[in-house]
Amino acid sequence: MLQLVLINLFRNPLRSALTLGSVLVALFLYSSLGAVLDSLQATADSGSRERLATRHAIALTNFLPYDYKDRILSIPGVKRVCTQVWFGGLIGGQRQRITQFAVDDDFWPMYTKDLQIVEWSEPQVAMSVPPDHDPHLAAYHAERTACIVGRGVMKKKGWKLGQTIHLQGTRYRGGWDMTIRGVYVKLPGGSWNEDLILFHNEYLVEKGMGGKPSTGVFKVELSDPSQSAAIATQIDAMFENSDNATKTESEQAFGAGFISMFGNVPFALRVIGLAVVFTILVISANTMVMAVRERTSEIAVLKTLGFTDGAVFGMVVAEAAILTTGGGIAGALLAKFGLQGKPLAFIPAMTITWATVLTAILIAIGLGMVSGFIPAWQASRLRIVDALRRVD
Amino acid sequence: MAWVEVREVHKQYQREKQAITVLDGLSLQIEEGEFVALMGPSGSGKTTLLNLIGGIDSPTSGDISVAGTNIARLSGAELARWRSNTIGYIFQLYNLMPVLTALQNVELPLLLHKMNGAERRKRATFALELVGLGDRLGHYPRQLSGGQEQRVAIARALVSDPKVLLADEPTGDLDRKSGEEVLQLLERLNTEFKKTIVMVTHDPHAAERAHRLVHLDKGVLSA
Repeated sequence: MLQLVLINLFRNPLRSALTLGSVLVALFLYSSLGAVLDSLQATADSGSRERLATRHAIALTNFLPYDYKDRILSIPGVKRVCTQVWFGGLIGGQRQRITQFAVDDDFWPMYTKDLQIVEWSEPQVAMSVPPDHDPHLAAYHAERTACIVGRGVMKKKGWKLGQTIHLQGTRYRGGWDMTIRGVYVKLPGGSWNEDLILFHNEYLVEKGMGGKPSTGVFKVELSDPSQSAAIATQIDAMFENSDNATKTESEQAFGAGFISMFGNVPFALRVIGLAVVFTILVISANTMVMAVRERTSEIAVLKTLGFTDGAVFGMVVAEAAILTTGGGIAGALLAKFGLQGKPLAFIPAMTITWATVLTAILIAIGLGMVSGFIPAWQASRLRIVDALRRVD
Repeated sequence: MAWVEVREVHKQYQREKQAITVLDGLSLQIEEGEFVALMGPSGSGKTTLLNLIGGIDSPTSGDISVAGTNIARLSGAELARWRSNTIGYIFQLYNLMPVLTALQNVELPLLLHKMNGAERRKRATFALELVGLGDRLGHYPRQLSGGQEQRVAIARALVSDPKVLLADEPTGDLDRKSGEEVLQLLERLNTEFKKTIVMVTHDPHAAERAHRLVHLDKGVLSA
């Protein structure tokens, strides 16, 4: 029976190939849109619920005075505070962006469970590293223009340790040379991805801020994470009546809030995805209706031979499902292996989860079932004598 | 009881608001192993009668028994299964699947029986050899002549060893020579393999091959 289904499927190879191709493209597009959502979600989920992020109450683009750091540190229960400034430089003048952050020295001990230095330069002169810092950061600490680069960027750009890279500033004008003094990887469950360049905040302050330090975000590590809500309230209360009021939330909520800046983009992507799926549903159903209509007399003959209505129904649905499932699997896997890790617009590295791939494949199977249902129902209801008379 | 028994069968079609009577209280008995030809003018109801005996149409009233089964009481699925075990149908226009080879066409009815692929191929090959097409197994219908196509259709009809063969103008679309070959084949199936055959035909020459001639006119048997 399956052989008969397959033979029927390829009786008009061009039409089958075009339908399969359209499903492939549609599900590739659907998976790609899903990848954008996955990537945004991955960003939103990357932060910790046990750390706090303090930013300007008005907008993320407004900066906070650097001296807030010491005042936040004075709050009981605050263990460590670091700063983080988005740099936004272009590499080699390319439009493709690799995210860069200027971070102060407290960044490194705060994220020891998140990032691990796996390649490093030795310092030219022996120097001590603060006790809570990774000793492999010695060369980085010794050099104001040093940077630490994620392994993903290193692979993507083909960079080598010790290489000097050139960034073209956008928010902070001018050319910025930095020397790679370490490579990090993301530890399991850790924040951040491996597609970042991290460099000294001092370098940015001196060259880009005219020596007047300010920061986009303070990250706050707590002695007792269970006190995070109370401490967040305390931080915001401390600056409530100043020119630069703050908004403090968990690092994870901060990530989610960052994503919310994209407004209804995720919703729009979902709507586009559904529109694509619906269009393909109609195309696929139309193809199947045509295919079955052409075979009216053959279906009547099958029934005359003793094929039941249910068998005929199953054969037509199977035909549609095989066609759309084939296209769906190909499209979803093409997206998974073709786009995974690739940059796209504002996303440095696309993430496509297997859940998205599986959803796309299930949609493809569903498409086959639904698009095959109407012609299958028509075929199963076909009266033999009417069908044979139509042909005669 | 007769092998095929048609009792007081009425068949009406509704065309818009008008009821058209095709068979009007027709009764007919056919014995096992008989070769019966149904003749009559167009619209006399002979193809309708053939379809009713084959269970691909249902009577408005009356009973039809074939090989001891009253088919008027069977559900759609039961009727389909009954057809696959009891009836071999030969169409005027052969109605072979154009995308299947001769062998695959003949294998089709066997897909409904519990049988492995090798057994299926063996039986289909035997049926094709029986109709003289043992050397055309891999040919598609478009590669065969009309007479050969009809012989493949006959092989398909008899491959599951049906109790009754129904032929609807089997020579109607063939030249005289090919028609003669098909008639000889039907005669052989009747005499050598004892198949009960009911054949609709317009051709008196074809009807002469039957044991019995049944004339229909306006939905009733005529003398």
